[in-house]
Amino acid sequence: MEPLNLARWQFGITTVYHYFFVPITIGLSLAVALMQSFWMRTRNPEWLRLTKFFGKLFTINFAIGLATGIVQEFQFGMNWSDYSRFVGDIFGAPLAIEALLAFFLESTFLGMWIFGWGRINEKLHLGAIWLVHIGTVLSAFFILAANSFMQNPVGYTNNPVTGRAELTDFVAVLTNKVQLVTFPHVIMAAWMSGGAFVLGVALWLMWRSQTPDGDQPMYRRAARLGAVVLLLGGIGTTITGDFQGKVMTEVQPMKMAAAEALYETSPEGAGASFSIITVGTPDGRNETWALTVPKLLSFLATGTLDGEVQGINNLQADYELAYSDEALTEAENYRPIIPVTYWTFRWMIGTGMAAAAIAAYALWRLRSDRRLTSRRWLWVSLGVIALPLLSNSFGWMFTEMGRQPWLVFGVMTTKMGVSPGVSNWEVALSLATFTLLYGALAVVEVGLTLRYGRAGAEPAPSESLDPSERDDDEPFVFTY
Amino acid sequence: MELTTVWFILIAVLWTGYFVLEGFDFGVGMLFPVLGRDPGAGDSPDGATPEDGPESGEIRRRVMLSTIGPVWDGNEVWLLTAGGATFAAFPHWYATLFSGFYIPLLAILVALIVRALAFDYRGKVDDPTWRRRWDLAIFWGSLLPALLWGVAFTNIVRGVPIDADREYTGNLLTLLNPAALLGGLALVALFAAYGAMFLALKTDGAIRADARRIARNVGLVAAVLVVAWLGVVHATTGSATSWALAGLAAVLLVASLAVLPSGREGWAFLLAFGAIGVAVVSLFVALFPDVMPSTTDAAFSLTTTNASSTDYTLRIMTWVAVAFTPIVVLYQSWSYWTFRKRVSGHHIPTTVAAAARQDPPTNPPAGLSGAAAGEATDAS
Repeated sequence: MEPLNLARWQFGITTVYHYFFVPITIGLSLAVALMQSFWMRTRNPEWLRLTKFFGKLFTINFAIGLATGIVQEFQFGMNWSDYSRFVGDIFGAPLAIEALLAFFLESTFLGMWIFGWGRINEKLHLGAIWLVHIGTVLSAFFILAANSFMQNPVGYTNNPVTGRAELTDFVAVLTNKVQLVTFPHVIMAAWMSGGAFVLGVALWLMWRSQTPDGDQPMYRRAARLGAVVLLLGGIGTTITGDFQGKVMTEVQPMKMAAAEALYETSPEGAGASFSIITVGTPDGRNETWALTVPKLLSFLATGTLDGEVQGINNLQADYELAYSDEALTEAENYRPIIPVTYWTFRWMIGTGMAAAAIAAYALWRLRSDRRLTSRRWLWVSLGVIALPLLSNSFGWMFTEMGRQPWLVFGVMTTKMGVSPGVSNWEVALSLATFTLLYGALAVVEVGLTLRYGRAGAEPAPSESLDPSERDDDEPFVFTY
Repeated sequence: MELTTVWFILIAVLWTGYFVLEGFDFGVGMLFPVLGRDPGAGDSPDGATPEDGPESGEIRRRVMLSTIGPVWDGNEVWLLTAGGATFAAFPHWYATLFSGFYIPLLAILVALIVRALAFDYRGKVDDPTWRRRWDLAIFWGSLLPALLWGVAFTNIVRGVPIDADREYTGNLLTLLNPAALLGGLALVALFAAYGAMFLALKTDGAIRADARRIARNVGLVAAVLVVAWLGVVHATTGSATSWALAGLAAVLLVASLAVLPSGREGWAFLLAFGAIGVAVVSLFVALFPDVMPSTTDAAFSLTTTNASSTDYTLRIMTWVAVAFTPIVVLYQSWSYWTFRKRVSGHHIPTTVAAAARQDPPTNPPAGLSGAAAGEATDAS
């Protein structure tokens, strides 16, 4: 394989991996902050036990998200140096601001939260976990501003003298219409993941027979909190996703056409249909059977039942005319890999919807305190944790692979961004190293999560957590 | 002052912040096998493990981790911010450096990843083998970045082969030249001594006395290496100002070692903090106005002007930096203030979470689990 493909595989593998932990971190920091707020307000020790229990699972996940995040910042320069040169004037600023505003906040206050039990004032301690959550949300905002520029470049000009894209309007970059719909969509989807994690773990603990009877009400509280967060997140994700579809149709019509494998433009007045599921060739050219909803694609794309949706072939012809005479934008094929976009789009929606449906079902079922005994709950609890994570991943695969062959839409193709001076063996070594390392770390991480999840919540501490009632020589409540 | 100069200074500040802060984190990690050694391990004939009591190796290692636990992550963000700021303010510097120093950066990334996870994971399972493996990760994850940052910065300041297209044209061996390796060793020794000073300042009991002794012994080696290294670097590219700063750094380092025996650990640490800060500043002064000099042809060197972003981007970034850097420094300092007390063996909790036990009880009988947690000890 040449460096371009190796670098793309590395970006794909490290990013998908990193992004399993990002939505859990964003969502679980919210759930833990809520639990601790409930503890402070009600002084019900069950909330304290839940805060500590899910807080532990949160830190296990945060650690790996943080560690793999450093790679993300470095690999733009390492593998994509021509991209970094070309867009650094625009793309670097959100990354630097993300570090300054978000990473410092998250890391400093997470340290304070983890080590602050019994050592800092309770209100400050609660504030610390909220600041961690705010830090994760800020981080998402700035990195999505950078990504949105790649989807829909705005606020810049191509400078022929320096041969690069240069920033002309930073506010336009931060208020990019893609950013305005993507940011809430991503945050809602992350809340779904956090809520689902809490719901799944709590349901599992309620279901298994070893859980002490006395702990059932506590886990029921947690499960309901998780289900509410998941359900609200699901509704929010759906609404923002709908807006996003329309913006995408406007700025990246090829991606929308590829999401449905719509080859020929469906003219105004006809209404394009959307296939829920298709049997046939994977790229949707020859379908033997399909479950289609008439006019749904038009509605998703334009908001009207009869709106025009451009087809892949027409767009390919348009793009060849517009882009093929410049080295930076020249490509043989302006189509993404259609089977990938077609299926990831459906899997994203399907897994997300299924998770939200489970949340609704669980909320209904948890109205009464009847024990969960059916073996079905084992699968529900495990499934609900996995579904939003898969949904998040499919969403990013769709977004990023649906943008191909572009690195920055309409401005620079992916093949032009790769580091020219980095040799094949270097990228291959790096790809192999990260793949093996991340694989091993996944085993460790999942093992620890299972271990701590299985143990359940620790009993409420008998000692006071108020530092004014503690002696300086007492052992810490927590340390490494 | 031109904005490109302002940003050169800001990036120098960020790297300085990174080294004066994460320097002692690295030092603490490197001293794991030394200061965290089990006392008398091997000479207890009856096989009684020395892993009991407040001065056992395990408790010492946990004391060491407790001193940096709340702050190491915030310290590391200085690196991420330096990287992000270089990307934003000098895209060509970022692109040439990161693609050129590929393999060392890959190694640094791997080291930082396993070290970060080791901090959080080593105590999560109560098993000596598990801990020993993470301890190795902490040791190598601290030593390797210290060594490689020394290699990288020596090469940045002394220059590497860069062609007209701003591409690095050397290979891995080009980077591993004697001067660069000297820089790596100097930083390893310096950070080890600095970490020992930090531990002398932040711990109490026998470990504090041991840390002081090691700080002095390693510090002497570090002083020799650092003086030699700064001499080599500034002899190539230094100016009168950079020489003066390098001299000041050496004086501060020696002063730090001089006040150490009298028990003024706070002063010793502050002087070493200053020595490292001034040493890093001297490197940036020697570098200016280049950001990556080319040894192929001086005309190919990346400079603050030919590698920079536009004035517009720099202006926005300046506003953001001016508004938020003081806030960050403020709350980070406050976090240090919050965890200012010395840590001793008796601060380390000996209870083991149910989940961490070798055989995590999946069936804690209701009402009994509290008592079980209370009587379990860290002895393994």
